[in-house]
Amino acid sequence: MDKFDVIIVGAGLAGLSAAYILAQAGVEVVVVERGDYPGAKNVTGGRIYVNPVRRYLPDIWDSAPLERHVTSELVTMMSPDNSTTIRFRSEKFNRPPYQSYTVLRATFDRWLASKAEGEGAMLVTKNRVDDIITENGRVIGVVAAGEELGADVVIACDGVLSLTAEKAGLRKPGLPQHFAVGLKEVIELPRATLEDRFGLNGDEGMAQLFMGSLTRGRFGGGFLYTNKSSLSLGMVVGIKDLMETKPPVEVPDLLEEFKERPEIAPLIKGGEMVEYSAHVIPEGGMAGLTPLFADGLLVAGDAAGFSLNMGLTVRGMEFAIASGAMAARAVKEARERNDFSAASLACYQRYLEQSFVMQDFKTFKYAPHFLENPRLFNFYPQFAGEILEDLFTIGEGPKAKLSDTVRKRLSLGEAWRMAKDAWGGLKI
Amino acid sequence: MSERRSMKAKLGVNVFKPDKARHINIKPGREKDPRLKAAIYVCPAGLYSLNEQGEVELDIDGCLECGTCRIACGTEVLDWVYPEGESGVQYRFG
Repeated sequence: MDKFDVIIVGAGLAGLSAAYILAQAGVEVVVVERGDYPGAKNVTGGRIYVNPVRRYLPDIWDSAPLERHVTSELVTMMSPDNSTTIRFRSEKFNRPPYQSYTVLRATFDRWLASKAEGEGAMLVTKNRVDDIITENGRVIGVVAAGEELGADVVIACDGVLSLTAEKAGLRKPGLPQHFAVGLKEVIELPRATLEDRFGLNGDEGMAQLFMGSLTRGRFGGGFLYTNKSSLSLGMVVGIKDLMETKPPVEVPDLLEEFKERPEIAPLIKGGEMVEYSAHVIPEGGMAGLTPLFADGLLVAGDAAGFSLNMGLTVRGMEFAIASGAMAARAVKEARERNDFSAASLACYQRYLEQSFVMQDFKTFKYAPHFLENPRLFNFYPQFAGEILEDLFTIGEGPKAKLSDTVRKRLSLGEAWRMAKDAWGGLKI
Repeated sequence: MSERRSMKAKLGVNVFKPDKARHINIKPGREKDPRLKAAIYVCPAGLYSLNEQGEVELDIDGCLECGTCRIACGTEVLDWVYPEGESGVQYRFG
C-alpha cells in the first residue's frame, strides 16, 4: 500500500486550500478527485466574499481568475403579479481591495489546484474514493479506484454529502430539513451587451437575490450574478419545503417559470444557455454541522456543513477555504506531536471556534429558524407589492390617503405578527 | 410553455461522460415505496417518473450528481454512490 503523509478527498475549495498550505510546509499530500479536473463536479451560485479568507491563502489573490467585483446589490420581492426591488450601489464596493466577486468554479478550482501543485501537492483526478480503510477504529487510508492508499491523516473535503465522513461513522445520510437544492443556468451574452443591460462600467458586477412567489412562497429564492460575459441565473429551494409544496411541483418547472417572469425574460433575451447545473447546499446552520474530527480524520468545507444562509448573504466558499486552511494547520501541529488521534486533531475545532467560521455560525444561529418563517416568502412580498401598487395607482375617483391604504391592507392582527417577525429578525 | 426547452435538450448542453455502471439504483422491491415519489418532484434533471404500474423509474442519463434524491428519499430506498472516475457530468463553468 502506497503511503502518504496526508490524503485529501476532493479537489474543491476546502481540499485545495488544505493541500496548498500543507505542501507549502513540505508535507507529502495527495488530493484525490473524481472529476476529470478540479471543479468538474463543483457548483456555486456565483459569488465569493474575499475579505474573510485573504489571510488564509496570502499572496495569491491577485492572480485569481475571478469574474466581476460586485458593486450593485439588488434584492427583489416577488408576488405573482408584481415585484419590489431595492437596488443598492456603493462606491465603497468599487474600491480595491474588492470585497466580493462573481466566480465560476471550473475556472477557479483549476487555478487553485495549479497553485497547490506549484507548492508540491500531488493531484490525482479521474479517481473516485470508494471507501476508507480503518484499523482499530482509526482511519489509516482510502480505497481509490480499487487501489489502497495509506496516510497519517485523511481530510474529507468531499462535499455536501460527504460519503467519506459517513463511512467513518461521523454522520448519517442528511435530513431534508437541513439541505436545499440549487439549480443554475450559465447564460452567455456578449460582454458589451451584458454591461449595457445591467448598467455596469468595466469590471463592475451585479448580484441580485429574489424571494417570494418564485418558490411558491416557501423557503428559498432566486439569484442572478453577472460574470464577465455570462450570467449565473438560478434558484435555491429547501428540499423539505419542496417535498411539502401543495399542489406538488417539479423543481425544474419552478426555474422555467422564474425565467419566464417579465422581470427576468428581457435580461436573458438573446443569451445562450451553455450549462445547466445543480447541487445540494447545506442549510442546517449549527444543527447541520457534523463532528469535525476522528482518529486519523478531519472534515472540512461543505462536508462538515459549513454553509450559512444569512438572508441577504449566502456564504459557503469562504468557510470552505478557511476550514481547509485550519485543517492543514491542525495536521501540521499533529505532525509535530506525531500523534494523529482524535485528541491530537481536536485543535482543529479550537481553531475554527477562534475564527470567523464558528463565530459566524454562533452569531447567526437563529437565522435558519428565522428564515423558516413562510411569511417572509409569501406575506411580505405580497404586502409590499399591494401597498406600492395602491400608491402608484390613479383611479377614476378620488385617491385615498396613505394611512387608509395601509389600514386597508394591514389588520391589527397582521401588524402584531409583523412586529413579532421584526423582533425575530433583530435577533439575527 | 411551448418556448420552454425540453429537459433532454437542456441537459444536452452539458458535457457528460457515459457511466461505467449505474451509480444510483432503486432498491429492488422499493419501486412503489412512497418515499421514492419525492424524487419525481425534487430531481433537477427530471430523471424520475411514475410508470403505468405505479412504480417509480429512474432514467440515469443526464444525472447532475447533485445528491437531492439521496436526501429526499433516503438510503433505505436508493442505492446511491457517485459515478466512478472518468464518467458522469463534467462541468465547464460550475
